[in-house]
Amino acid sequence: MHIPDGYLSPSTCAVLYAAAAPFWYTALQRVKKSLTTRLVPLLSVMAALSFVIMMFNLPLPGGTTGHAVGVGVSTIILGPWASILAISIALAIQSVFFGDGGVTTLGANCFNMAIVGSLVAYAVYRLAAGRAALTSSRRVVAAALAGYTAINASAFCAAVEFGIQPLFFKDPSGAPLYAPYPLTIAIPAMMIGHLTFAGLAELVLAGGVVAYFQRTNPGLLKLTAPANLEAEPDIAGGESPSMWRTVRPLWIALALLMVLTPLGILAAGTAWGEWSARDFSSLQAREKMAAASQNAAPPVQPPRGLERLSSLWTAPFPQYAPSFMRRPAVGYALSAMFGSGAIILVSLAAGSLAARGKSKN
Amino acid sequence: MNFLERTLASFLNAMDHALRAEALAKARGLLQTLDPRVKVVGILALIIAAATAHKLWVIAAVFLVALSLALSSRVSPLLLAKRVWIPVLLFTGIIALPAPFAIPGRVVWRLPGLGWPLTAQGLLSAQYLVARVETAATLSVLLILSTPWTHVLKALRVLRVPVVLVVILGMAYRYIFLLLESARDMLESRRSRMVGELKGSDRRRLAAASVGVLMSKTLQLSGDVYSAMLARGFRGEVAMLDDFHTAASDWIMLAVLAALAAGAIYFGR
Repeated sequence: MHIPDGYLSPSTCAVLYAAAAPFWYTALQRVKKSLTTRLVPLLSVMAALSFVIMMFNLPLPGGTTGHAVGVGVSTIILGPWASILAISIALAIQSVFFGDGGVTTLGANCFNMAIVGSLVAYAVYRLAAGRAALTSSRRVVAAALAGYTAINASAFCAAVEFGIQPLFFKDPSGAPLYAPYPLTIAIPAMMIGHLTFAGLAELVLAGGVVAYFQRTNPGLLKLTAPANLEAEPDIAGGESPSMWRTVRPLWIALALLMVLTPLGILAAGTAWGEWSARDFSSLQAREKMAAASQNAAPPVQPPRGLERLSSLWTAPFPQYAPSFMRRPAVGYALSAMFGSGAIILVSLAAGSLAARGKSKN
Repeated sequence: MNFLERTLASFLNAMDHALRAEALAKARGLLQTLDPRVKVVGILALIIAAATAHKLWVIAAVFLVALSLALSSRVSPLLLAKRVWIPVLLFTGIIALPAPFAIPGRVVWRLPGLGWPLTAQGLLSAQYLVARVETAATLSVLLILSTPWTHVLKALRVLRVPVVLVVILGMAYRYIFLLLESARDMLESRRSRMVGELKGSDRRRLAAASVGVLMSKTLQLSGDVYSAMLARGFRGEVAMLDDFHTAASDWIMLAVLAALAAGAIYFGR
């Protein structure tokens, strides 16, 4: 799971550093607000602990052993934001000092394991644990599930990162320059290992540690238990009046992505499978389809289902660019902004509906 | 070997790595005499050059640069082979092994009996992967073997890493060894009291409880460390002494490393 240098292209690494940066910033702001001067010692020892946890060999069912990242357990005890920071720091020390994971791929590793892992673990734990009591066995199951899902989500992200390498980065002879396997091989290869062994290690660790704390010190589980959230919105990441300030970097990242969207038009041709019914009758489009499908000739007639359904709904911006825009890059950016704006509006509407529902209760 | 012994072995391995790195960082060699900032920037540039190269011979050239840096810094190839080359070959080599058969391209050979096609593109892609990973790993290990960790951290300031992060990285590193020792003592004492084999479920309970105890100890430790810091006048601000001095030789070496990296990026396009 710790991606070494050389598996991902420098541009993928740069994108993942950029994707991780706003999360690191938000996490730091949130944790700083609640910990103030405690930040330095707490994060230091917690990062050290994450490092040591990664070295534990955990006994798995079937007699084998495996390593866990500890993302589930650190999210449950520290909350998602502090967990993002502690695991990122542990990964940085692992990569620079112990050579476990690359330097150029550190952003990718932190994105997959610390960020995606912590956020998925938090969401799954909160959803599965619900309002169960701190010592309820439901929390043990929820923790185990959170650890298992989180590590598999991280593995999936890594698999996608590996799988897209041969699509974009090849030498003139067509040999992949970085991770060589396409998505069809990378995803099953990564997921089989994680759905079984690595996932089990995380499951055993998260469930086991929560069960242990239930017996010895249930207070440590309070931070991510909902009843406690209103009193302590800090590390756990509850809503606070200055939320806008702390999530601002995420909005900035979104804006950057929207501005960078025109880069998509630099990619040649149409994405595989995104053909229209008309493409089946155009000679040029047919050649492209065949080239993209390992020289398998497309059917002479457009599939009947596609033909029938294509008349049902016409996108407001067909081909992502309004017809009145002459320059495709500007049209593409406008379409991206429109699309993102629409998504944000729908999310806001859903959020306000949910809030209204909650206040009625 | 059971899980207790395996875990103890990985703890010892980490400590051994750190001790060896510290001892080597004190040796008198080319890299050891350089300003750590020059090393961090120069080696990072070479790693990026190896990562961007689209030609195998350029990656091989960067590897030769890394090897000559190692030899002139008293880092023995035997140590590199044990620490980097063989483990990387075992891990990445196995990952790259099916590539010659799985990547489509010009068929150069067929596996006798099974008839699987071995392609030129697949072979080349496996070589790219292994060469790149070996080169980058050699370079990053060289940095650590020739520089004390505290110096590496201070040098990160050149890359505009925030002071607070550098301080946290430094403290975390120190506490890793304290926690490793604590965990080792805990597991050793448990092992010394164990007769026979534990059941699978007991083994898992023991491992989870060990991590739990370590976690409680760590939270306690963070409170203690905080109190100690407050007692010594800590008010939440961190400062660092920047006592590096660059000599003419540092600038020359920086120019050499930068020129090599730029050359590799140029020829590797």
